[in-house]
Amino acid sequence: MYKVLDKKKLASTVTLLKLDTPEIAKKVKPGQFVIIRLNEEGERLPLTVNDFDREKGTITIVFQEVGKTTKLLGKLEVNEQIADVVGPLGKHTEIEKFGKVICIGGGVGTAVIYPVTRALYQAGNEVVGIVGARNKDLLTFVDEMEAVTNQLIVTTDDGSQGRKGLVTEPLKEILDSGEKIDHIIAIGPAIMMKFVCKTTEPYKVKTIVSLNPIMLDATGMCGVCRVRVGGETKFGCVDGPEFDGHQVDFDSLINRLKQYVAEEKISMATIEG
Amino acid sequence: MADEGKKAKKTIIPDRVHMAEQAAEERVSNFKEVPLGYTEDQAAEEAKRCLQCKKAACSTGCPVEINIPEFIKLVAEKNFQEAAKKIKSTNSLPAVCGRVCPQEIQCESKCIVGKKGDPVSIGGLERFVADWERDHGTVEAPPRPQARNKKVAVVGSGPAGLTVASDLAKLGYGVTLFEALHKTGGVLVYGIPEFRLPKAIVQAEVDFVESLGVEIKTNALIGKLYTIPELMESGYDAVFIGIGAGGPMFMNIPGEELNGVYSANEFLTRSNLMKAYLFPEYDTPIKKNKKVAVVGAGNVAMDSVRTAIRLGADEVYLVYRRSEKEMPARNEEIERAKEENAILKLLTNPVRLIGNDKGWVTGMECIKMELGEPDDSGRRRPVPIKGSEFIIEVDDVIMALGTNANPLLTQATPGLELNKWGYVVADEETCATSIKGVYAGGDIVTGSATVILAMGAGRKAAKAIDSYLSTSA
Repeated sequence: MYKVLDKKKLASTVTLLKLDTPEIAKKVKPGQFVIIRLNEEGERLPLTVNDFDREKGTITIVFQEVGKTTKLLGKLEVNEQIADVVGPLGKHTEIEKFGKVICIGGGVGTAVIYPVTRALYQAGNEVVGIVGARNKDLLTFVDEMEAVTNQLIVTTDDGSQGRKGLVTEPLKEILDSGEKIDHIIAIGPAIMMKFVCKTTEPYKVKTIVSLNPIMLDATGMCGVCRVRVGGETKFGCVDGPEFDGHQVDFDSLINRLKQYVAEEKISMATIEG
Repeated sequence: MADEGKKAKKTIIPDRVHMAEQAAEERVSNFKEVPLGYTEDQAAEEAKRCLQCKKAACSTGCPVEINIPEFIKLVAEKNFQEAAKKIKSTNSLPAVCGRVCPQEIQCESKCIVGKKGDPVSIGGLERFVADWERDHGTVEAPPRPQARNKKVAVVGSGPAGLTVASDLAKLGYGVTLFEALHKTGGVLVYGIPEFRLPKAIVQAEVDFVESLGVEIKTNALIGKLYTIPELMESGYDAVFIGIGAGGPMFMNIPGEELNGVYSANEFLTRSNLMKAYLFPEYDTPIKKNKKVAVVGAGNVAMDSVRTAIRLGADEVYLVYRRSEKEMPARNEEIERAKEENAILKLLTNPVRLIGNDKGWVTGMECIKMELGEPDDSGRRRPVPIKGSEFIIEVDDVIMALGTNANPLLTQATPGLELNKWGYVVADEETCATSIKGVYAGGDIVTGSATVILAMGAGRKAAKAIDSYLSTSA
């Protein structure tokens, strides 16, 4: 059992939990994820780690309530327990001094790109951050991102904070400005990552994405997270979650993410009554 | 032997006592076990068929060397408690082995009674004894030996790992069993379905191993949480790798990324480990599709076919490129699948999967095959018949083509010698690997095999680890 040590509501449907996981905290690196199973009947849910404290033995996760498991996870209070937390899983982000880097976070993806951005900033890169969400309420980690970037651009679909529009718009402007960009990382909904990659491809700037396919064991055993990358089948859980975005078949990924939409509704109904 | 042979001729041995089972029409709509087990009287009666051979050939056919005549004698005397102790002195998982061992090619294949008629049902008796002990609540751990000042890390809690762990704990070593999943048992819990191996029974046998003093750590993916060198540095004197051959194989044909296409590992893990057949009571979903094709013909394919039938499919096809004679599954499993109305599409090979505009699989294009000259495996090579393509309408495809070595741990272990397929190179007798103090056994060495062969490897490794730790400073 793994205890919840702290809880923060970041937005009406976005929650941060700090978990007591000393062994994982010692090992985890930016870009890696954990599997969470709430209870005996629970499913195995992959969540990318938002932050960690090796000394205090904690990791934090940030999630948006979209299905039964995330809804129940959002109801957990401090001192309550989670049955299983497994990790660190997947490959970590490659952190090096690239030069000028753009880090793009969409929705709760911002919570995940935050530790990556911090590591790149600390490695001496000049970092531009672009964070976007549907509206002001869903924007998270803006202050934290501000602190680890040389420049931060905020966008919302409805213009309730920052620039009105999508993250791809300021991205394109930067690329068009002729300034040399050495490396780009984007983490967010699959559709956002797809369009970020479409935007950067003509400029031939390497663009890394962190994929979020459906997973089960997350140890390379079941293959449900398979995704086409550069014409080959890769497993998101062990070969990823990060891949060269220009090689990823996003349409197939997006299609595979829809596999259990009907079942998710049935599942939700069991707690909504 | 000559003596016993003569005796066998003189004695009229009655027919094997039939074990009752759920009828096919009933069992296809539940996940309960199919064979129902012997009663006490039936077990004693079956045990009396044993000739009590002095040189027991049956025991030589057992990879974990159970003293078969002795435990059967105790069953014949209805001394079930002692029979259980006798088996457990060499096998910690009798309720599992009694159910899933291929006795017909091991102990029972050597049984003298089997030379005429059916051999003694050694598997049925082993199962009975283990179930009797559990049902009577008399399972007790043997007395703890004096603790030794050496620690062993066992990686993977499947049949190989459980055997190494219990054998070494019985010798007094401090043993930690690391399991990546949230439940202990490996393939026994994620792979083999409830109707063949009830999970409560696996748990009871895992509990027994734990009662020997083995420390079990679930949610511990070695290779990520700790590497093997880190385990050695943190105070383990030896490590056993028994991680199974976990990676799924696909055919690399067009359309495998379509929705509705699964590896057997995924399909069975959903149903068995995550109990998706009880969705939405359990949160993990599984598709209850109507026209299912399972590709492959091993035991895992049979398990997939029979699971799909129980989930309510109307038509379940078993698609295999060779003929029935070459099917690698146990006969018993093939027969049960047929009784449950599996539709065999033999000498048939999928060439592509067809999907609709929503990205779901709707059909499987296959080609007819014929058998040509024998290949390296000695089986006749299937050759496609030109122009024989046809389409099977399906809404679910399960690839049960075998597994390959999962590289997660092996790649994180510098100096560990692997063969060209990525399996660990280990000594056949001692299970020693290229790293001093590191041993390996089971599917990660042999590729997909059986529960009992993995247990046999575990037994050998435990002996070798004991001798290594007894001689090393």
